[in-house]
Amino acid sequence: MSELLLPPEHRYAKIIKERHNEDGSELSILNLGPTHPATHGIFQNILLMDGEKILEAEPTIGYIHRAFEKIAENRPFYQITPLTDRMNYCSSPINNMGWWMTLEKLLDIKVPKRVDYLRVIVMELARITDHLICNSILGVDTGAYTGFLYVFQFREKVYEIYEEICGARLTTNMGRIGGFERDWSPEAFRKLDIFLKDFPVAWKEFENLFERNRIFIDRTVNVGAISAEKAMAYGFTGPNLRAAGVDYDVRVAQPYSSYEDFDFIVPVGKSGDTYDRFCVRNAEVWESLSIIRQALDKMPEGNEYHAEVPEYYLPPKEDVYHNMESLIYHFKIVMGEVPVPVAEIYHAVEGGNGELGFYLVTDGSRTPYRLHFRRPCFIYYQAYPDMIKGSMLSDAIVILSSLNVIAGELDA
Amino acid sequence: MNSTFVIEKSVVIVVVFALTMLMAMYSTWAERKVAAWLQDRIGPNRAGPLGLFQPLADGLKLFSKEEFFPNTPNRFLFVVGPAIAMSTALMTSAVIPWGDKLHLFGRDILLQATDINIAILYIFGVVSLGVYGIMIGGWASNNKFSLMSSIRAASQMVSYEVAMGLAIIALIMMTGTLSLKEISLQQSEWHWNVLYQPLTFLIFLICSFAELNRTPFDLAECESELIGGYHTEYSSMKMGFYLFAEYANMFISSTILAVLFFGGYNYPGMGWVLENWGVNVANVIGMAVLFTKLCGFIFFIMWVRWTIPRFRYDQLMHLGWRILIPLAIINIMITGVVLLRSEIAVYFGF
Repeated sequence: MSELLLPPEHRYAKIIKERHNEDGSELSILNLGPTHPATHGIFQNILLMDGEKILEAEPTIGYIHRAFEKIAENRPFYQITPLTDRMNYCSSPINNMGWWMTLEKLLDIKVPKRVDYLRVIVMELARITDHLICNSILGVDTGAYTGFLYVFQFREKVYEIYEEICGARLTTNMGRIGGFERDWSPEAFRKLDIFLKDFPVAWKEFENLFERNRIFIDRTVNVGAISAEKAMAYGFTGPNLRAAGVDYDVRVAQPYSSYEDFDFIVPVGKSGDTYDRFCVRNAEVWESLSIIRQALDKMPEGNEYHAEVPEYYLPPKEDVYHNMESLIYHFKIVMGEVPVPVAEIYHAVEGGNGELGFYLVTDGSRTPYRLHFRRPCFIYYQAYPDMIKGSMLSDAIVILSSLNVIAGELDA
Repeated sequence: MNSTFVIEKSVVIVVVFALTMLMAMYSTWAERKVAAWLQDRIGPNRAGPLGLFQPLADGLKLFSKEEFFPNTPNRFLFVVGPAIAMSTALMTSAVIPWGDKLHLFGRDILLQATDINIAILYIFGVVSLGVYGIMIGGWASNNKFSLMSSIRAASQMVSYEVAMGLAIIALIMMTGTLSLKEISLQQSEWHWNVLYQPLTFLIFLICSFAELNRTPFDLAECESELIGGYHTEYSSMKMGFYLFAEYANMFISSTILAVLFFGGYNYPGMGWVLENWGVNVANVIGMAVLFTKLCGFIFFIMWVRWTIPRFRYDQLMHLGWRILIPLAIINIMITGVVLLRSEIAVYFGF
């Protein structure tokens, strides 16, 4: 049957033809994806299987490629955040903040400490939701559904905080060049306090459910292990690299947004297997919670929520209607009349699942000349066929979800 | 065989059949409610009070759905699959003693469709037929995921039936009978088999999970890997039959666990009730007790499903062949030594 479905020149066809199993069984081809419940997004894997064992894997990407980098070349700078939202949609505020910081680096804007701290809070919240999704979905993929729904309600709580900050939930499109579009409401801080009180309890329970669960350990230990050398050669960053034992974290290596003010541990694993990735993410959630608490404690007084850069900071609509200067700046920003230096810069933030970089080339016009997103998922996915070779079908699913490959970010 | 006997048995059979169907239906509701409770949700609550009409609504929905046939060379087998699954699931309930007997209209009515002296063998036979429903359905679907699922299901059933059979041998060595009625009678008051054979119970329980294809052994339909497993291609009531069969099996398994190990309809003080309040009251309470026990097991099975992850295929085989089967054999030996302790003592001259 397999020969009929494959073009004869396909390399699998050759392998199937030449392989002779002792028991007379044949190899088969399994299409894992593009729409398969375990891929959590749209990407295809054509697997060559010997029974349940995967011999070869051939990934296909691009099913939801939306040409963000090309679209960005035709958009004014302040309109590029909605594109970043749609990359790693589990932690869009990090993408948003990363983009604003890139622009601030380009325009050499110094933002107030309070804005830095607010950004740290929202980025760490995003990291919590990202890791929460990844780890609980890993639970779902191993067959334990309850943990997922149990912690998932806390993502909802975080989304309510986002809602208070910017009005949106999933695709947040949050912030402006130089800060936020408005100050955080007291309600946002109140919801944050409630979250900080309730979430650790649930997260502890979630950890207890999995970390010492015999079946879960059997399913994840030594599954999809990748050595530190290999991981670095592939260009891994973030939790997946740290699980392999390399303590590289952009927040520590090249601190941005005042991360140097906070005291936190960079958790590392040992073997780089699925279980280590799970544990590293769990530990990072605790560190994120601690960072948020520190940021709230150290928060400078006042209600500064953006830098004083009227030529770049899009003014609120009320001011535009009632204030001459605001109207002028609004017009200039929207029409692209503000000066932008000719530069070539790279700025990276620690995204939900690795180093999220923005490589920006400008030619002085209102749009980027070239914008490249360094998307960690794209890099992880290169290693995926290599990681699943020789493992079983169930392992392939678990490895995919523990790498936290998100289709939106993979294809951009 | 006189006509009253036929009528009596027909009534019992219809009641048992209706009961199995009803329990299977409401197990779906219970599953969703239990899951909701464990997951901090509310669960179905739209159809009727507490969502009690949800199973009816679901059934109606399944009946009204399109009858979809995949591009399969064998449509006949595609239809036969769910039919086998459903009929085997309903056949087992024939030998279960729901109570001892009722005294009505001047006759003793046995609360059992039939008391055959090889009831346990019958159950094993019918249950092992159940896998054909999955195998045929999965194969006839002409879908690789379904096929993989049916292969998994078949090898899992075969492996765990061995362990289950070996486990039950130890129990039969003790009871000396294969009739479920006899086994129930032996467990009067507090003489529940689980107290004498805890290891057998444990092995049997694990194997029941495997036979039921429930978490942690739900490899056959694990939705994260095989989409829907053997019922990926099924729709409408054929799909409903598979789901229904699963819940009917769960009900029967729980009943068998309760009958074999937890005293069936027996409860402490049954003898006293029998003497003072009469046979009818004693057995009605007995039936209620059996239902409480089996509902407890159903809850337990659901609880496990919504708590722990599932095994991988090789780990499942490892557990079956390398842990449960040796354990069952050791259990047989221990039981044998305990049963023949006086002979052994004589032999060694103690």
